[in-house]
Amino acid sequence: MPEKHASDKQMVQTMKDSQDKAGGVLLGIQDLRVWFELRRFGFGHAGYVHAVDGVDFDLHHGEAIAVVGESGCGKSSLMKTILGLNIPTKGKVIFNGSDLSELGAKGWRWYRSQVGYVQQDPYGALPPFMTVQRILEEPLIVNGVRDSAERNQRIRKVMEEVKMFPVDDFLQKYPHMLSGGQQQRTVIARAMILEPKLIVADEPVSMLDASVRVEILKLLRGLQTTHHLAVIYITHDLSTVRYFSERIFVMYAGQLVEKAKVNDLLNNPKHPYTLALLTGTSEPDAENAKTFKEIPPGEPPSLVKPPPGCRFHPRCPRRIKDVCDVDMPIEIEIEPGHGVSCWLYK
Amino acid sequence: MARSDSQLLHVEDLVLHFRTSKGAVQAVDKVNFDLGYNEAVVVLGESGCGKTSLAKAILRLLPRNISAYSGKVFLDGVDVMTMSDEEFRHGVRWVKMSLVPQAAMNSLNPVLKVGDQVAEPVMIHHGVKKEEALVLAKKMFDHVGVPEDFLGRYAFELSGGMRQRVAIAMALVTAPSLIVLDEPTSALDVLTQASIFNVLKRIKHNLETSYILITHDIATSSELADRVAVMYAGQIVEIGDAGRFFPSPLHPYSQKLMASVPRLRGDRDLEFITGQPPSLLDLPAGCRFAERCPKRFDRCTQDPPVIEKEGRQVKCWLFA
Repeated sequence: MPEKHASDKQMVQTMKDSQDKAGGVLLGIQDLRVWFELRRFGFGHAGYVHAVDGVDFDLHHGEAIAVVGESGCGKSSLMKTILGLNIPTKGKVIFNGSDLSELGAKGWRWYRSQVGYVQQDPYGALPPFMTVQRILEEPLIVNGVRDSAERNQRIRKVMEEVKMFPVDDFLQKYPHMLSGGQQQRTVIARAMILEPKLIVADEPVSMLDASVRVEILKLLRGLQTTHHLAVIYITHDLSTVRYFSERIFVMYAGQLVEKAKVNDLLNNPKHPYTLALLTGTSEPDAENAKTFKEIPPGEPPSLVKPPPGCRFHPRCPRRIKDVCDVDMPIEIEIEPGHGVSCWLYK
Repeated sequence: MARSDSQLLHVEDLVLHFRTSKGAVQAVDKVNFDLGYNEAVVVLGESGCGKTSLAKAILRLLPRNISAYSGKVFLDGVDVMTMSDEEFRHGVRWVKMSLVPQAAMNSLNPVLKVGDQVAEPVMIHHGVKKEEALVLAKKMFDHVGVPEDFLGRYAFELSGGMRQRVAIAMALVTAPSLIVLDEPTSALDVLTQASIFNVLKRIKHNLETSYILITHDIATSSELADRVAVMYAGQIVEIGDAGRFFPSPLHPYSQKLMASVPRLRGDRDLEFITGQPPSLLDLPAGCRFAERCPKRFDRCTQDPPVIEKEGRQVKCWLFA
């Protein structure tokens, strides 16, 4: 469709124009819903898995946010939708002013050069048959950097940034020859090489050892500040978010239940689920062995038939009868920048 | 370390080396420790430090490529290392000590009902009938917080946390005095983790079980620890009371490890340890941590002695 192409070109131009508005909104998520259809015997509708169900947030240029939740809460589906790997059932993902659903082929290529992805398992994310040099070269070739000298220079630059030096020692190595930390650095280098505006990091340190974990977190934080990157850090571990992000979103059963600045959330949690997560997270203290933890009973609900009303109400110690189990709570702003979806604060 | 009869487990100079095409992997190298009745010791260490091999050496779950396996393991005052494999299998493993293996939730048999799997060890080791064993299994389910009607379910019908509880019930059912837990919660979510630790604490309190908890997760290990042993490159570098260890570890490696634990509150900066642990194939002479140690000095080229300090044992020249 020639028309589509023309509009594509125009759009790419306007996107480039609107870039770098410091402090402006880079990524807007509006009432995002991602549902996966269940089939009975391969055909016939059998309901939906409501993986992401009504998520709203804005991410500003250069801002790091953390999405915290347990496995199965939909945080990976949210991430994949942002990366363009899932198609939203409803709602919009708006990057730099343009709706992802309206992008054409060229627009998508441009978008993918603007968004870097750091995977959870570095060894699984790196092709075992490619050397570090080829792994880092490929995004450049795909994005039309034809000059091999320029490619080499950019590879060296990015490898120095992720502190893999001397660079020549690593260029010809295959992923299995690298340690876990070095593999994760290679993954970060690959995500960084096209100089993206946004990095999506899915549990980037959960597969690493304690001492290496800190090194990688510090590296990511350093890159984020020097390059003025926006970062979405997806994790289940509340204790690491403080070192990495400005805001935390807590996700439960496909919805964001609390959004706040890091210190507000850690010191003044409002949602009973956030409180439970904080209680469940241990600090190294010998006193822990002497007490039991108060953990909400049960497990997260099925996302095929989520409970009516608040999705946390069957496990919530503070549920209000005939309110929490009937109506879905709306987001209430308790103080500027601290939103919570809970009837307790109505 | 004097052997005392009040200890449940006494491990002396335990060595386990594996034979590979590149040479001997010194996974466990002269490990000594004691464990009292109704006590939990945590073995902390990073991947590849030999902590899982230590568990296997104690339980004699050995692969074929062993190049060295020696030392003494006294359980209730009896040296189990001198027993034959048959004696050990009938009289010790799963009778006096049992194991919750790493990724236990994936180690359940997919084609057997979980109730039958929990009942099986009692039928084999205590020779009771299936009906009786199932009654016992039901009781164990109660201890670990699994609803009774799960007895007839299969592993795939259970969530990760429930499967982990079943694996614990399986280790518990023969009423052993010692359970070895190898990374029991590392694949689980925060809340599930916390409730599993609640279960383990309750069992320890009610049934007076002892634990060896093997983990890399320092923060959650404090949920169970009476004592802490830090392992580095096949050796225990520090062992002592949890109440003293957590606030002020002594060995430079323990200190660095502690400084790398992310905290929810407070504004301490995180540290990391530069470099990598030595290969267990080719270990340096002297202190194995020396290369990465910020406090090393000339004596560190010799093998450090184990020194008593503040009620703890530290393998470091700094305290000599």
